[in-house]
Amino acid sequence: MNIHEHQAKELFADYGVPCQSGKIAATREEIAGALVDFPDTGKIVVKSQIHAGGRGKGTFLDGYKGGVKLASSKKEAAEIAEKMLGNTLVTQQTGPAGRQVQTVYFTEATDIKKEYYLAILLDRATSKPVVIASTEGGMDIEKVAEELPDKIIRTFIDPTIGIQGFQARQIAFALGFEGDQIKQMTKLVMNLYRLFDEKDCAMVEINPLIVTPEGHIMALDAKVSFDDNALFRQPEIRNLRDLNEEDPKEIEASKHGLNYIALDGNIACLVNGAGLAMATMDIIKYFGGSPANFLDVGGSANEEQVTHAFKIILSDPNVKGILVNIFGGIMKCDIIANGIIAAAKSVSIKVPLVVRLEGTNVEMGKKLLQESGLSLVAADSLAEAAEKIVQLASK
Amino acid sequence: MSILVDKDTRLVVQGITGNAGMFHTEQCLAYGTNIVAGVTPGKGGQKCLEKIPVVNTVHEAVKEHGANASVIFVPPPFAADSILEAIDAGIALVVCITEGIPIRDMEKVKTVLEKSSTRLIGPNCPGIITPEGKCKIGIMPGYIHRPGTVGVVSRSGTLTYEAVWQLTQLGLGQSTCIGIGGDPIVGTTHLDAIKLFNEDPGTEAIIMIGEIGGDNEERAAAYIKEHVKKPVAAFIAGMTAPEGRRMGHAGAIVSGSSGSASAKIKALTEAGIAVAPTPSSIGETLAKLLSTYKA
Repeated sequence: MNIHEHQAKELFADYGVPCQSGKIAATREEIAGALVDFPDTGKIVVKSQIHAGGRGKGTFLDGYKGGVKLASSKKEAAEIAEKMLGNTLVTQQTGPAGRQVQTVYFTEATDIKKEYYLAILLDRATSKPVVIASTEGGMDIEKVAEELPDKIIRTFIDPTIGIQGFQARQIAFALGFEGDQIKQMTKLVMNLYRLFDEKDCAMVEINPLIVTPEGHIMALDAKVSFDDNALFRQPEIRNLRDLNEEDPKEIEASKHGLNYIALDGNIACLVNGAGLAMATMDIIKYFGGSPANFLDVGGSANEEQVTHAFKIILSDPNVKGILVNIFGGIMKCDIIANGIIAAAKSVSIKVPLVVRLEGTNVEMGKKLLQESGLSLVAADSLAEAAEKIVQLASK
Repeated sequence: MSILVDKDTRLVVQGITGNAGMFHTEQCLAYGTNIVAGVTPGKGGQKCLEKIPVVNTVHEAVKEHGANASVIFVPPPFAADSILEAIDAGIALVVCITEGIPIRDMEKVKTVLEKSSTRLIGPNCPGIITPEGKCKIGIMPGYIHRPGTVGVVSRSGTLTYEAVWQLTQLGLGQSTCIGIGGDPIVGTTHLDAIKLFNEDPGTEAIIMIGEIGGDNEERAAAYIKEHVKKPVAAFIAGMTAPEGRRMGHAGAIVSGSSGSASAKIKALTEAGIAVAPTPSSIGETLAKLLSTYKA
């Protein structure tokens, strides 16, 4: 689960990670109120709040350039905010459709003496949390890792005892901090880990972490994401979810216990099992088609869930064909067949449907579909099914 | 022959009285698995399916019933604790089926695991099965398997069944099939399983099924290149997965430049592994490879 920068900064404030505080505005009417306490002189940064990076270099659909802008006055900040609110921002990370900006965030501009990078995430190789720090802040960290690998400092944490003071100090020393800043940085790193641990974060990232000319260390940007598996025990975090940032079909799917991800192709698929669902998307592409979605109905889908799955799939106007691929293990093929028949009765399926069943009760399932009178094409192997649906969908 | 489980495995089912626990206990028993006890705290003294004794703790299952393996059907908030209990009780092999365990919990489990003599398979996995020994620990359909000499290791559930069914139909039986699970933190990696298959005299060929996310497949490929002479075929799911999205499995995510299917396929191919172009041709790919070995 992702959250906005302004929400991440509130968490930082709760956990004693110094950051530039600011004010948000979600409507034109809120802009004046948000800016009222800002000093009359001094620059103000106006930031679009979307769940994607690359905002600074992005462009809005109406041609307005830049999702993060510097205003020289409150008046200018208000004008910029008005241009951003409700507008759709396209960045390298949003995809061509972009994201609508529902909230803008105002912060006072700060002078920057130096930029650093600091993040905490799971290191998959060791299965331990790792703190990644670098003196090369404000840049694409993947590029830094590629071009200047020595500038990346990795500190692995024993999750059973958490981060130790000496580890945070090592990071401060390694980044070249001196004097009073060592204590500042040590405290910041310890607090950031506490947030990472206590709130079940998937990742916390500060890029850039800056030092001001006065010597204060603080987060200029904040990116925090959460482990979906842990949301059941993080009610406050659940409340931070922004449904506007999610595809409505995906939200609908998760309400019914279905795992659905919208893609941009035109052949929909319905599969049991995530690995098989990915493989089904792959084989569609192999035969020249383009998958419209990933959909895993899970190990125990009942008639109702299958019906909802069809409804969601068919709500995508791009869909020109559907491939159902079920390998019944615990799930029985006759149950799925009944699910498809029931779905077809309640949702009108006007596009070609290819069904491939295998596994438990497969003969029963095939017979049910044959006798249902439904207009569908049966296939025995996954290759046959994929080839057929690609052909049918291209007509 | 086989790895890790055989006819001598003595299984305890943690979470036996829950829906999933009950259902799968019955299925595994029908296959021939030797289930010696079940654990549900507070329900000790009961009997499951009229024959399996239920006890309160894994320690009792070990002491009183000689359990040496456990399977966990416990919901996500409590599953990590169940694994830790089994480790503490000295169980040699723990198979955790549960999907949805928080990452923070598994980080801690993994650290404790490393200092113990327990092997963990999973979590978020279908389990492990040795057809010859009639030992099925998990949720896979037993009937698609047949005894043989192909070792199968996979992150997936139904995609594995797809591959196993193809093998069975081609007359290529399996020594042991092990589902390592779809999470980012797993107890046994592809590499761990392949090392065991490599040393198992009863395994003559290996199938490796992977997917996007992490670099376990690449690590396995590097090992195979140096140390494995047995024929290896593979399939990697997720060539069409978009970047940055979690594709069902918590561990199936392409982050920036790492974890992509194409990088994995490249590493596998360079290691001399035959990579199936589609999920439909996994069995066929191994069959072709085996015929070149014979020639």
